Formats: sequence, C-alpha cells, structure tokens
Amino acid sequence: MTHAIDMTQTPANSASAVADDGSIHLSDVSKVFGREGSAGAYRAVDHLNLDVVPGQMLALLGKTGCGKSTIFNMVAGLTEPTSGVVRVGGRDPFVDFDSFRGRMAIVFQSDRLLPWRTAIQNVELGLEMLDHPPADRKERARKWLIKLGLGGHEDDFPHALSGGMRQRVSIARAFATDAQILLCDEPFSALDEATAGKLRVEFARLVKENGKTAVFITHSISEALEIGDRIVVLKRPAMIAYDVSFSRDTSAEDRALIRERISEVLAA
Amino acid sequence: MTDVAHSARPTQQHALLDWIKSIVMSALPFVVVIALWQFAALFFPRVLFPSLVDVFWRCLEIFSDGAMFWNVASTVLRILGGLAGAFVIGALLGFAMVRSKAVDKFLSPVLTLFQGIPALSWVVFAIIWFHGTEFRIFFIMVMTTLPAFTFQIISALRGMSKDLMEMVFSFRPTRMKMFRTMVAPAILPDILTAWKVNLGNASRVVVVAELVGASGGVGYQLLQQQQLFDMAGALAWTLQLVFFVLLVQGVLTLIENTAFRYRAVSERAL
Repeated sequence: MTHAIDMTQTPANSASAVADDGSIHLSDVSKVFGREGSAGAYRAVDHLNLDVVPGQMLALLGKTGCGKSTIFNMVAGLTEPTSGVVRVGGRDPFVDFDSFRGRMAIVFQSDRLLPWRTAIQNVELGLEMLDHPPADRKERARKWLIKLGLGGHEDDFPHALSGGMRQRVSIARAFATDAQILLCDEPFSALDEATAGKLRVEFARLVKENGKTAVFITHSISEALEIGDRIVVLKRPAMIAYDVSFSRDTSAEDRALIRERISEVLAA
Repeated sequence: MTDVAHSARPTQQHALLDWIKSIVMSALPFVVVIALWQFAALFFPRVLFPSLVDVFWRCLEIFSDGAMFWNVASTVLRILGGLAGAFVIGALLGFAMVRSKAVDKFLSPVLTLFQGIPALSWVVFAIIWFHGTEFRIFFIMVMTTLPAFTFQIISALRGMSKDLMEMVFSFRPTRMKMFRTMVAPAILPDILTAWKVNLGNASRVVVVAELVGASGGVGYQLLQQQQLFDMAGALAWTLQLVFFVLLVQGVLTLIENTAFRYRAVSERAL
C-alpha cells in the first residue's frame, strides 16, 4: 500500500491518561442494563478496550443497538459502567462529573435547543455554566453563529429556524465553550443530504482547526470516512470488530478498500 | 401613490375590522346578560332584580369610600396570601415528591384525601382549631388550593423533556443554574395555569371563609347585605371580586404573552 493505513488496533495510551488532556481511555468496560444475571438483563457493552489520543477524530460505526450510544453516554459521564475503567483526561467522567465543566461538549442527534431561548442565548448556555461575563459570552456566541453562517439570526427563536440552522446553532453551542473534547451523536442524521454534507465539511474543519478530540457516532460509512481520521466498527454487544486509522492523504483506492472492509464487517 | 401603498391600505382596513369584530364578539355575551337583567328589573321588585344603574353607583361607592374599599383590599390580600402560601408549600412538596418515590408514595394519598374534603369542612376545622381570624382564613385557603398546586407542579416536573434535561446536564450546571436555565422556564406554563385555575377557586373559598369566620372582607359584607335583603349591595360586592379575578387573570395572560412569545403559532392552530 502506498499510503500508511494503520489497520492495527490503536496503541494503548494508558500512560497519557493521567494528563488533563483530550485523551479517552476505556479499559475492559462492560455495561449491563437490568440486574446482571437476571432474565431481563441486557449487555450493551462487553469488555471493551478503546483509547483515543488527543486531537484524534474517532468515528464510531455500527448497526443500530450495537451499544454506540451507551459508550457515548459513559464517556460523557451520563451513564456509569457496570465494570471496567473509563477515563477522560485521566479522570472518571461519571464520578468527577462536575470537573468536566467546560472541558467536554456534546452535539446531539437532534438539535436540543431550548425553545424559550433565542439562537444566541442557546449558544451562550455553556458559557453561562462557566460564569463568563454577559458581554463576553454574547460576543463569543455571536462570533460562533457568524462562523456557522447564522449572522442575522441571533435573536430568532428555534421555531423560526430550519432544521439545518437549528443544528448549526447546536454545533455553535458546543464549540463556544472551547471544550477540548467533543462528543457527537449522529448530529447530521436528521438533515437532508445537501445540508448534512455542508455541515460535515464545516464541522471537520472546525474540529481540526481548533485541535479538538472528537468522538463521532454515525451509521454512515461515507460520513465516517469523510470526517474521521480513525474508524472503529462495533459489533453487538459493543465489541470492536474493526479499527482503522487513516489520514487526509489516504488515497481514494485505500479509502475504497477501507469502505469495502467496513461493509464486510457490518454485513457479517 | 405606489403599489405598496395601494396594497397596504386594504390590509390595514382588514386588521381594523378584525380588531373591531373581536372586541364586539368579546363584549357580546356581557351585553346580552346586562340587557336581560335590566329587562327583568323592569318587571320584578327591586329586592330581586335591582337596576344595574343602582348597582353601578353602589360599586362606585365601594371604590370611593376608604373604609369600604379596605374590605375589598383585605379579601384580595387574603386570596393572594393564601395562594402564595399554597404555591410555596406545593412547590416544595412537588419537588420532594418528584425526587423521592417514598415521599411521593406517602404524600400522594394524603393530598388526594385533602382534595376530597369540602371547603366548608376546612372552615369548620379552622374555627375549631385556631383562634386568629387571619390565620384561620390563611389555613383554609392553603388547604383548599394546596393539592391542585402540588399535583400541577409534579406534572410539570415529570413532563419536562428528558432530552433537554440531558443536554443542559452535559454542560455540568450547578443546581441553581440547572433550575434557572432549564427547570423554571420549562414548568412556568403549568405554574401560570395552576395560578389561573386556583385563583377562581380561591376567590370562591375566601368568601365562604369570611362569611363564617371574619369581621371584614367581601364575604362579611355579603352576609350584611343578605341580612338587609339588599340585592344591589350583594351584587356590587360580588362584582368587586369578579373585577379582581379578571384583573389578575389579565395580568397572568400578559405574562403568558410576554414569556411564551417563543412558541410557534400554526396558522391552523385550534
């Protein structure tokens, strides 16, 4: 192969997990919903090991119900693992929940804008939690709205914006806090292809420009190849079936190979 | 004249006509009731159907006489005080019941039981249990409106969007910020509805309470009018309460229109 495609498991970086950076470390993580061993118990994640190095853009790919969102919620600190270790920047995101204030931002599948707030007030939300002075947060929020092509819509309520515009506001909200880690749960899946395509490009550019670590859940192989610099394909219950790293310079042929391999894994 | 000016004129005329139509439609039921009453006043004795002109002058008298108006003011203060007390206690109970299943299991049947007790029974209990008139009335007002406030707040808290809660949580807010940015705006519509509903109930209950156990207020004055067989006076005192309820409802509607301007309005809205 002419271009370096690291098809091996990404090297574990447990040592770097001590630093307060954008690293994500999951070691032997399992999540069982319901009482373990009981008939109604459901194992969503099974002994998962996964490391994301700072600045990496990881696309998590897999069929519906394979545990992507559970992993996402555990990294976000919204769900506690049943067993194993989850560390983000060296800390437990569930136990040290508050310490991640301003360090982690989430873009959800739906825009989740507060309907009683205008576009700019929605973008200001994260900054309010960080106690930024009102003038400063307004300025920052405005800057991000303009960056995402929403200049002039600052004072519009969500109901007056289109789906694409609302999702842009939610992306602006995530970026405005300048969080080191971005978690994205299929943020473009509810949009039409043209709008989603445009936003994907903008999103990838912003993540790279700002040196963020991003975990990106998607169902789309094309989206994963377009945005990510690493793809992890999951099989039920959330075990790694395929893990590949690549770069912007990876040739079209190699990308086609990766796509083919991912399709095979997903079909298996 | 430009085309724009030509097209704007019919639109303005339409808006004016719509406005006049809405005013007429709102006033029509009142005009009909007033006309029917006045018509009855022509044929029945004054003691049954007094002229509305008399009622109007009695209303004016109550407004202009400081001592008489104080009766209205004290009733209004009793209503607002009772509602505020019930709202604060109801909010605290509501939050506790949403947070703890055990508290919910314990308090839900108690509040349901309270809801089944007639207002007059609370009046009797209050007279037997307590001494001070004001505290008696406050107690009656709180006990009769507390269950509705509590259940409405519980329903509002449970109805909050989990997606939005999770989104706000993802920014790791403090409890205070969570309340200010998410909880308070989300439950405000239900709180205003609860106030509107309870306001009507409270204005009915306070009159009963004053009728039995007070030496002032609209209820007490109604009792005086009944003893004098003065229908014009009874109507005039009743109208004071109606005016108050309408005034507060208007203020609440104004708050709704301002606070909920974010809501999308469908052109085919019901």
